[in-house]
Amino acid sequence: MDWQSIGVSLRLALATTAILIVIAVPLAAWLTFTRRRWTVLLEAVVALPLVLPPTVLGYYVLVTLGTRSPLGRWWQETTGGTLAFTFTGLLVASVLYSLPFAVQPLLAAFAGVDRRLLEASEVLGRGRAGTLLRVVLPLSRAGLATACVLTFAHTVGEFGVVLMVGGNIPGETRTVSISVYDSVQAFDYASAGRTSAVLLVFSLVVLTLTYALQRRGGRQRMWA
Amino acid sequence: MRRTVRPVVPAAASAANDLLDVHVRRHVVDARLAVPLAGGGVTVLFGPSGAGKTTILRCIAGLDRTEGGHITMAGTNWDDGAGSSVPARHRRVGYLFQDHALFPHLGVEANVAFGLHRVGASERNERVRAALAAVGAAECTGRTVDELSGGEAQRVALARALVTEPRLLLLDEPLSALDAPTRARLRTDLRRMLELSGIPALIVTHDRSEALVLADRVVVLIDGTVRQVGSPEEVFDRPADPDVARIVGIETATPGVVSHVDDDLIQVDVGTRQLTALTLEQPVEPHNVGDQVLVCVRAQDVAIELPGAAGGGRSPRNQLPAEITSITTDGALVRVELDAGFALTAYITRPALAELELDVGSRVVASVKSPAVHLITRRRAE
Repeated sequence: MDWQSIGVSLRLALATTAILIVIAVPLAAWLTFTRRRWTVLLEAVVALPLVLPPTVLGYYVLVTLGTRSPLGRWWQETTGGTLAFTFTGLLVASVLYSLPFAVQPLLAAFAGVDRRLLEASEVLGRGRAGTLLRVVLPLSRAGLATACVLTFAHTVGEFGVVLMVGGNIPGETRTVSISVYDSVQAFDYASAGRTSAVLLVFSLVVLTLTYALQRRGGRQRMWA
Repeated sequence: MRRTVRPVVPAAASAANDLLDVHVRRHVVDARLAVPLAGGGVTVLFGPSGAGKTTILRCIAGLDRTEGGHITMAGTNWDDGAGSSVPARHRRVGYLFQDHALFPHLGVEANVAFGLHRVGASERNERVRAALAAVGAAECTGRTVDELSGGEAQRVALARALVTEPRLLLLDEPLSALDAPTRARLRTDLRRMLELSGIPALIVTHDRSEALVLADRVVVLIDGTVRQVGSPEEVFDRPADPDVARIVGIETATPGVVSHVDDDLIQVDVGTRQLTALTLEQPVEPHNVGDQVLVCVRAQDVAIELPGAAGGGRSPRNQLPAEITSITTDGALVRVELDAGFALTAYITRPALAELELDVGSRVVASVKSPAVHLITRRRAE
């Protein structure tokens, strides 16, 4: 069994989830509570990874991170390394690729919070950040949990983007899905089967636990 | 059509610094009103639903903007009607929402403490405890919001609004979400709690009893414009125009004091006269001697008889010697204003007027059945 690739996948999924929650919470709050003409455009951009083939997204990320792009050059000058075909580059791609899976459940949860509670908070002297932390997030716990689980699961399961941006470097960018693909290519069905089984059981356990917590948490539904 | 209404303001409070000066223009609303701030006092914004009452309240709180108009609080500009406004969180107003809007994820104390985030923990706890006690909700301590009855939730919401010591309290239909018995009990309590707080309050309601019990001043709002401003007795006794009359109902509303209670029969002193009221429905809280009440009599319940013609003893009736002060025709009916020791309004038919040969100055007997005398408690005897 390819424990090393399982480790890479877990590290990548955890880091992606952590980064995305920090980005997605203010982004979703802004999209929910601000009415500007161009929020529609931003909403569309956020949802883009849902419909775009992973290879297309991976292509653009690769071009953007590559040493010929201004960003890639700036990164090379600052850190001395490259972004493409590294764990950091893979992380950037994963964050972009899983963005809708973090933002959409939060949008649904935030929209379900009674506006009058936000007004009550405002009249009581709280600013936007205070209201978000004290009222909106506590009332969106189910949506927050859903966002975390979906982001984590989606990152563990991604393949096309990893292949395009990360390649297949053991211990660096070789994730579980790449490892299984690699094993099958090499006709090593036994290894592919074991790794797949671990991933299957792990995913099932995580989802079951999440649903159980949701049910105990009561009223708010996971797919609200 | 724009109406200009002269705000009724006590002379001492006429300086701009003691006044919330409001001119809200938004959608169909175009209303000017002034709320005196000195020494507390309750202004009731009264009108039918859809008149724009809540819109005005939300503009004052900063939850909505005026579209041309202004809101000036004690000389400070809160909203100039041209897009520049002080954010709601900096206005320091207490707002009581119609459905309480308590935070469901917080307990009772955390709800009340929500606005005290800049206050130290020990002072905060002390103020929360005091605020809950002041609104009679001390026993709600330690509970979740789910465990509160409607009346308790309203008291907790009021504590949350009062605890921050706001400059102004805004209450949106504060009792409408409650069942009738709770509403009647909380009505009188609310009046007392507002008096004790000393914070000026603006209350929105469409309920006549609420307006009568709670108000020091009534502002009548119809179709987005202010039609009449005055004391509850003035507005309910002498409506300024037919629209106002339709909304307030033609009633005599005059203050009195309960002087004798005998089971269902209540005697009330009104000036030098005595009236008997028969309470057919068991009141939520029994009347006690010394209670200050508003005595309400609908005009159609007042019969006019000539002196000596009245037969006594048929049913518990109030027979009040009176003098006619004015007679006005109002459709098929004639509106007769009487001086019976207090101002009393009666409606009679035109044939009855001719038959009785009534004129201004005629001495008559106004007859009111005791079940038609409706008492609203304003302040309970201590």
